[in-house]
Amino acid sequence: MPPTRANRRLIGAVVTACVAGIVVPGVAADWPGFRGPAGSGVAVGPDLPATLSRENIAWSVELPGRGLSGAIVAGDHVFVTCSSGPDQQRLHAIALDAATGRTLWERQFWATGRTMCHDKTSVAAPTPCWHEGRLYALWSSNDLVCLDRDGGLVWFRGLTADYPNVSNSLGMTSSLVVTDGTVVAQVENDSESYALGIDAATGENRWRIDRPKAANWTSPLVVSPGLVALQSKTGLDVVRTNDGGVAWSYDGGAATIPSGCVLDGVLYVPSHGVTALASPDGDGTKPRQLWRSSRLSPGTPSAVASGGRVFALGKADVLTAGSITDGERLWQLRLQGPFSATPAIVGDRMICVSEKGLVQIIDVAGDEGRVLATLDLEDEVLASPAVADGAVYVRTNGRLTKLIAR
Amino acid sequence: MDRSAADSLPFMRRLLFVFFVLTGVAGPARGADAPDAVAILRAVGPEGSGNPAATAAWRSLAALDATAIPRVLEGLDGANPYAANWLRAAVDAIAARSDTLPVDALVTYLGDIRHDPRGRRLAWELIRGRDAAAAEALIDRMLDDPSVELRHDAVQRVIDAATRLDAAGDAGATAAYRRALDAARDVDQIKAITKALEKKGEAVDLPRHFGFLTHWQVIGPFDNTAEAGFAAAYPPEAVAGMPPDADAAWPGKDGSDVRWKAFLTADSYGMVDINKAYPGPDDGLKEVVAYASTGFTSDAERDAEIRLGCKNAWKVWHNGRLLFGRDEYHRGMRIDQYRVPIRLTKGANRFLVKLCQDGQTQDWTKEWQFQFRVCDAAGTAILALDRPAAPSVGPPPAAP
Repeated sequence: MPPTRANRRLIGAVVTACVAGIVVPGVAADWPGFRGPAGSGVAVGPDLPATLSRENIAWSVELPGRGLSGAIVAGDHVFVTCSSGPDQQRLHAIALDAATGRTLWERQFWATGRTMCHDKTSVAAPTPCWHEGRLYALWSSNDLVCLDRDGGLVWFRGLTADYPNVSNSLGMTSSLVVTDGTVVAQVENDSESYALGIDAATGENRWRIDRPKAANWTSPLVVSPGLVALQSKTGLDVVRTNDGGVAWSYDGGAATIPSGCVLDGVLYVPSHGVTALASPDGDGTKPRQLWRSSRLSPGTPSAVASGGRVFALGKADVLTAGSITDGERLWQLRLQGPFSATPAIVGDRMICVSEKGLVQIIDVAGDEGRVLATLDLEDEVLASPAVADGAVYVRTNGRLTKLIAR
Repeated sequence: MDRSAADSLPFMRRLLFVFFVLTGVAGPARGADAPDAVAILRAVGPEGSGNPAATAAWRSLAALDATAIPRVLEGLDGANPYAANWLRAAVDAIAARSDTLPVDALVTYLGDIRHDPRGRRLAWELIRGRDAAAAEALIDRMLDDPSVELRHDAVQRVIDAATRLDAAGDAGATAAYRRALDAARDVDQIKAITKALEKKGEAVDLPRHFGFLTHWQVIGPFDNTAEAGFAAAYPPEAVAGMPPDADAAWPGKDGSDVRWKAFLTADSYGMVDINKAYPGPDDGLKEVVAYASTGFTSDAERDAEIRLGCKNAWKVWHNGRLLFGRDEYHRGMRIDQYRVPIRLTKGANRFLVKLCQDGQTQDWTKEWQFQFRVCDAAGTAILALDRPAAPSVGPPPAAP
């Protein structure tokens, strides 16, 4: 599908910036958090390659610890978190040079919260977030740090130290979003369950709200300026970032593992399959349900949306494409799974990475999905890939690998 | 520029001297500015309190030269967990841009076991980054170190040596494994050593090594329908600090009276399986609460930790004071899952555990059990003066 006029202008700006040797912070060429720019799973930039081999590996570096947090990209920096040591008590935030994979700096912290988690996950599970020149990183121990581009500590919070029953013995994985000067963190669990809006500049609370007392591994989503969606088993609460007040709610229930996505102001929520919600009219407190499709059913990976379609990578490793206008199933494609990582899309192509490390590039624009290329990284991959400036960053438990087109 | 001063320096240092004089560029500030910044970082508290001041203080601290590192490390002594991380990050930042480190001062700091254990481990790692051989040589002296990580490395060396002896058929392997076990506090190391010793026909008193409490009085079941029992204050809570009264009787879940009874565990890891005390149909009783009480005579008033492993909802009292409670069910369990600091009273102490089972029926929700030990911050068992001998058999049969 050809890029829209808006996308062409944006791509042009990015290309110009790159040719000029400029990396513009915050431009869509970055991959600043879980599911990339705007939380849709869509990257802007050169196409993903149609063929893959080990020649596409630009570099692959060992990380000092384990984790399944995704890497993020801001300009020429790649950031990733890890955990290591006895009971994964050591928390690492690392910056690497995007061109070479060389470590630029590393900061370590001592976990202040509980580090117990399921063997499949890790304390370094939430994906960090880059916003306006700052790195925000959260770990399953509910330690939260803000660092500047050079690794300078701006502030530190220990959320379990603050609220001692904020933890989940299976591990916590909700990633962060930062918007309107507020870091939004979901620390929901069976016991002391909250969402927090934290001042991005100082690390102090702006607000803390009670959330359903239930384990929840989904991540917040920026809906629009000033509004963030919090998904849980009860449904969706869209809260104001300035005070945590609920602007509107959807109480139809939702998944607690895959997160929704947002595109052009519409939320695609893993609820009864996928339910498309638009903001209420006027001052209403209930959203407009545009459609619901039980044929789109995300498994562990979150839904992504692009090019007039919503995509769900569900059970039995089947990728389903649905129409963005009514949820009607358009096609299904069985991939080689299983999958934990959320896919990413660039233009007409999607990248999916299986838990066994098989990278799969799929053409998603046609009447049927089609696997274009595969590459076996021969390592466990649970983290979602990052895509920026034509490169893909795949994080395995102990390594970070950069793939480029050749 | 003062020519006589410049001439006294080797060439490259003269060049740098000129550079700094001409440009006015200041090199890293010296360590004398550390105390104020350290104090500000130590003052950070919960919910980000103190963060704004700490941000600026951290920048000034991180700009100091490497001579400041030992003073920053000393700031870890008694620091709260938030402050400890601010200070740690400052040490990392200084060290990362320093060509040389004050290794002698770091060795001195490391050698004083009164300092914060994590700070000492960090000091050791900094030494290792500059002089690996010297750092490794220090490890051999750390078998009884209060730092969990330093001790772990020292114990691993002894394990490795024992393994080599074992492989060679050397009779000294048993003594080496015993030496390793005496020092080991890491659960994986303890398990590995125990396996090796038991393979040689050696008995290992794991409950004693860990400090698991094995002799309890239990009472129940009380009602936990819809998980409401977690918050319900059943009668045993009113007497949490008292030894169980054998004559006390209270209505249980089914309305009939329940009384305290003895319950022992012979499990190697101190697992107190309440399903065995109150068996139920199929996979056990559901939506029930039981209490377990035990006494602990301490030889001194002292700091300690209680460490609990439990996948049911629970509460714990010490000498009648509620320490902590957690209402999470069946999300997993492991040794030392929860660590709660306490101050042991000299003489008699009383622990009461409340254990709640919910209504889930999946096969991974059967367990209604806990393990409980008393130890110090390094995980060394603190044994009661009146610790009974480890039971050699399991719990007594349930009352008809």
